[in-house]
Amino acid sequence: MSDALIMAGRSLRLSARSPEALLTALMLPVMLMVVFVYLFGGAVNIGTAYVDYVAPGVLLLCAVTGAATTAVTVCQDMAGGIIDRFRSLDVSGTAVLAGHVTASLLRNFVSTLLVIAVAFGLGFRPHSSITAFAAALGLLLLFVAAASWFAAAFGLLVRAPEAANSAMFFLMFFCYASSAFVPVRTMPTWLRGFASHQPATPITETIRGLLLGHSRPLPLGSALAWCLGIGVVSMGIAAVLFRRRTA
Amino acid sequence: MNERDRAGLAATAHAAPGQAPRGAAASGHADTGLAVEATGLAKSYKDVRVLDGVDLRVPAGTVFALLGPNGAGKTTTVRILATLVRADGGQARVAGFDVAQDRSKVRRRISLTGQFAALDEVQTGTENLRMMGRLSGLSRTQARERAHELLGQFELTKAAGRRVATYSGGMRRRLDIAASLVARPSVIFLDEPSTGLDPQSRLAMWRVIEGLAASGVTIFLTTQYLEEAERLADRIAVLDAGTIIAEGTAAELKRKVAAQRLDITGASRAAYEQLISYFGTRIVHQDDGSLTVGVPTEGDAAEVRALLDAADPGRDLIADFRLHSVTLDDVFLTLTGHAK
Repeated sequence: MSDALIMAGRSLRLSARSPEALLTALMLPVMLMVVFVYLFGGAVNIGTAYVDYVAPGVLLLCAVTGAATTAVTVCQDMAGGIIDRFRSLDVSGTAVLAGHVTASLLRNFVSTLLVIAVAFGLGFRPHSSITAFAAALGLLLLFVAAASWFAAAFGLLVRAPEAANSAMFFLMFFCYASSAFVPVRTMPTWLRGFASHQPATPITETIRGLLLGHSRPLPLGSALAWCLGIGVVSMGIAAVLFRRRTA
Repeated sequence: MNERDRAGLAATAHAAPGQAPRGAAASGHADTGLAVEATGLAKSYKDVRVLDGVDLRVPAGTVFALLGPNGAGKTTTVRILATLVRADGGQARVAGFDVAQDRSKVRRRISLTGQFAALDEVQTGTENLRMMGRLSGLSRTQARERAHELLGQFELTKAAGRRVATYSGGMRRRLDIAASLVARPSVIFLDEPSTGLDPQSRLAMWRVIEGLAASGVTIFLTTQYLEEAERLADRIAVLDAGTIIAEGTAAELKRKVAAQRLDITGASRAAYEQLISYFGTRIVHQDDGSLTVGVPTEGDAAEVRALLDAADPGRDLIADFRLHSVTLDDVFLTLTGHAK
């Protein structure tokens, strides 16, 4: 346990010392928010202000982008010699990976707050109680944790940090083909099926519902199940992959 | 260095010469006093048999060198002994514990410094050592003090606050070794410690290793440099293509081949031909250009004199002679049948 904390501290220090990566992690989400609201705001007819509709989706996208960095940092660790050092100090693979995931969570928490602030600046007005807002944030962070573990497993699968970056594009696809940016009913039939049954849709719907104070029932159960499922399975796969690569 | 020098250094480090060095009981198995004991180690990667039955015995408190060319299996051997890789066959006990059954116990008593520095480039020297200290179970204060102590010992105090990425190759190696010493291991594995270093850094590295040896820890190093093995190790094992082909002290290994070589130069071509026919199958070296033949000899004065008199009773065939001390290069050539 203490090992995991020391590893988290290390990962945070490493994040803070890569200025380009940090800048990208903070600026990219902000830029995405601005682009989507202004680019699509006039063209997409939702019925409500587009910024209110799309803000949760962009938050999800930002979370995904941030979590995907974990794939790169894990891959970099494996490529160097430091993992050997940790292993000879009897640090478990899970502790090392948990360190990366924890740093990812903290990085994303900061960028999430930043993006919400920018959304406010663009006219986003949540109609939620404090509890609903906190619940939305909590769900978002749970999603970040799950996506980070997924990214960690991906980082163990590939050999080059550049290939690990492609994890980002894979995850982003899920965000686009969901109700994050446009309602599912406006999609062609072949995409609709996929969009309605993949994790990004219920998660976005729940966050959106919580933030905008919707009265209808939210797919909270589905969202939680997806997050926990992806997280736990990824953790297991990551542990197996780590053991296999360090045999 | 030879036994006498090591004992002398050990004496100044509070251990009496001839006595088991301090820490031997902790590092060696209670019964055998061996810090490293391996039997029949085997390891294959895909279809390649990297190790094919390796036996090793290293008494506690000594310096042991595994000598071999690139691809011999040195790094694989060290990684198996350091519990980072599982052998396909055979057993090994390090610091008194089995490497397969008691990995944690072994890891707590050993360290491995590989060819490529195992450090965070983005952190400073101090931060790296403090982190290793905390991971070894030291408190924040203890880790800070230990880091400070090691940085001083390895002359890195001035660079301690700089990121490792700014360090030179020699400094990185020193910090790497310092990092492996944080937990005070009783067995230190060094995988090719001076590969890639310039001559000056190599000399500095040797002094560091000699200092470590004097403190009583067991050192197991791998190397492809014969000079390094000869200088640092009490015992050497020669590894080639996955098996140990020779083992002993540097002196013993040299004796396996022939202690010395006597090169005799003929006074004329006819004399040269006569010498060739006299020595016959004993000749190990021949040079038509300089009219020289070489034969093995123990090298002592009586034998050389007798050899020269027997070959040239009339004192008119031999123009010149020279005695060569056999080097480990010759040993290697003879034992492996190919240049390293």
